[in-house]
Amino acid sequence: MNQLHEKYAKEIAEILAKYPADRKRSAVMPLIYLAQRDGNYITKQEMSEIGEILEITTTEVASIVGFYTLYHDKPGGKYRIQVCTDMPCALRGAEEFLVNLCENVGVKVGETSEDGLFSIEAVMCLAACDKAPMFQVQSDDGIEYHENQTVEDTRALIDGWKKKEG
Amino acid sequence: MAEHKVTGHRILLRHRDIPEIGKFEVYTAQGGFDTFKKVVTTMQPADVKKLVLDSGLRGRGGAGFPTGRKWMFVDDNNWPHYLVVNADESEPGTFKDREIMERNPWQFLEGIMCSAFAIGANEIYIYLRGEFWQLAHELDRQIGRLRKEKLLGEKLFGSDYSLNIFTHLGAGAYICGEETALLNSLEGVLGQPRLRPPFPPAVGLYDKPTVVNNVETLANVALILEKGADWYRSFGTTESAGTKVFSLSGRVNKPGNYELPLGATYRELIYEYGGGIIDNKKIKGIMSAGASSAVIIANDEALDTPMAYESVPKLGADLGSASVIILDETVDMRWLINKTIHFFNHESCGKCTPCREGNYWMRHLTERIWHGQSDQSDVILLDNVAKNMQGKCLCALGEFSTMAVVSSIERFPEDFKA
Repeated sequence: MNQLHEKYAKEIAEILAKYPADRKRSAVMPLIYLAQRDGNYITKQEMSEIGEILEITTTEVASIVGFYTLYHDKPGGKYRIQVCTDMPCALRGAEEFLVNLCENVGVKVGETSEDGLFSIEAVMCLAACDKAPMFQVQSDDGIEYHENQTVEDTRALIDGWKKKEG
Repeated sequence: MAEHKVTGHRILLRHRDIPEIGKFEVYTAQGGFDTFKKVVTTMQPADVKKLVLDSGLRGRGGAGFPTGRKWMFVDDNNWPHYLVVNADESEPGTFKDREIMERNPWQFLEGIMCSAFAIGANEIYIYLRGEFWQLAHELDRQIGRLRKEKLLGEKLFGSDYSLNIFTHLGAGAYICGEETALLNSLEGVLGQPRLRPPFPPAVGLYDKPTVVNNVETLANVALILEKGADWYRSFGTTESAGTKVFSLSGRVNKPGNYELPLGATYRELIYEYGGGIIDNKKIKGIMSAGASSAVIIANDEALDTPMAYESVPKLGADLGSASVIILDETVDMRWLINKTIHFFNHESCGKCTPCREGNYWMRHLTERIWHGQSDQSDVILLDNVAKNMQGKCLCALGEFSTMAVVSSIERFPEDFKA
């Protein structure tokens, strides 16, 4: 039984309709996003189910998961805070921002908060170089940008999630 | 017939002049989609290609290849054809396509629709970097609206021409901005570059003739078709027609996107528009094309150089995607190349040996050099590794990774003295 297909039959049909019928392998990226919608990471089981839908091997799906930074094969924070520290942002204080943020919230870069709510990552350019310091948040709801940030702004955002998640 | 209104030299960032141009009703009230209808119902694809060729429009993704000429390479003996829009905007320092698509989306969409007609494509794929998640969803809604308005779909305006647009999200890989890597990614295999030739206009998406163009390039097309090639050539220089969105970042007071006619000088961009250097520090270097760029010494000659395809090479750099990163006297070049190499080492796709191994070694060397754990021999070795990569990589990413390294060591030797 293909659980992913059971759960998202309508979405999967819509995704497959975007590509030629004999080229359904093109749907691998949107299907990985779909699998990540629940829990913000993909399991081995889901990779094998995607392979089954697209008639490719689990290894081929896993290689795509491994190639891209927005796919995760291990659980992290429910909210992944991805701070850009690439050169243009670093020229505008992004590295100091990251250090101060980690100190403020008590989580190290690459680690997840004890309650599993959020993790902090340093990432490459996010095409917002004029609005540094900035980060994106990747969660079950997709990806959201937060620009021209101060540590206080970000702290308030985290406190908001804490309230929301009870 | 209403016409697209252009204020001064703003062709692409018209949302700054026309309030709420992001609303379908506002865009159509001032002539939006009239051009697309005119093109489909009264023009031949060859006429559209000719007009765009005559306008002098060149690719805004970085390479600067004449757009009309690229379209003319499409193989008319092999069908179907595809138009793929490169919205993977990932070069550090580049943030122009995002503003165009977010704020002036209908002009972008009309541009890609006219371009698809020109090359005989019935399907357009917009490949967006995965981080543009919200933008992709907004575009999906806008594409739905166009279907409802019968501007997309089967047999448009009673003609034989049908057109559909699909978005496709990447997932965080700089290399997918390289057009053949992008096509592989879209096909569901690893996003690594292909050996070329054949080039995409001969063998592209699903082995069919394909044009891959940048967002900014195609956002010009509807206005060029409405107002003519001569109008477009009235902006810019002879070899660099039109306007360009310059993404200005780094150590300036007012970073942001500035649309200027090609041929405006760095001095105008940095001091008139960008408000000069933070804390009135002395400007040290200019990266003219993002992290892929050679570093230009910011002397008076450089500041007074026109930002045009034919002028920037005189400074030993390229116009590229016009992502202008400003470095002031507080920036140490050892720090700078350590940052750029960290980026390229992370983003190297691993397919070709010079880039994969070269960037690995360069990262170790720049780390040591920046942290003062090395002597002059490491600088010589770094320069040697970089120069040995040049001309040997499968795609431009590998080549570009060496630019900042080699130019910094050559042009800012004082920063590398132990």
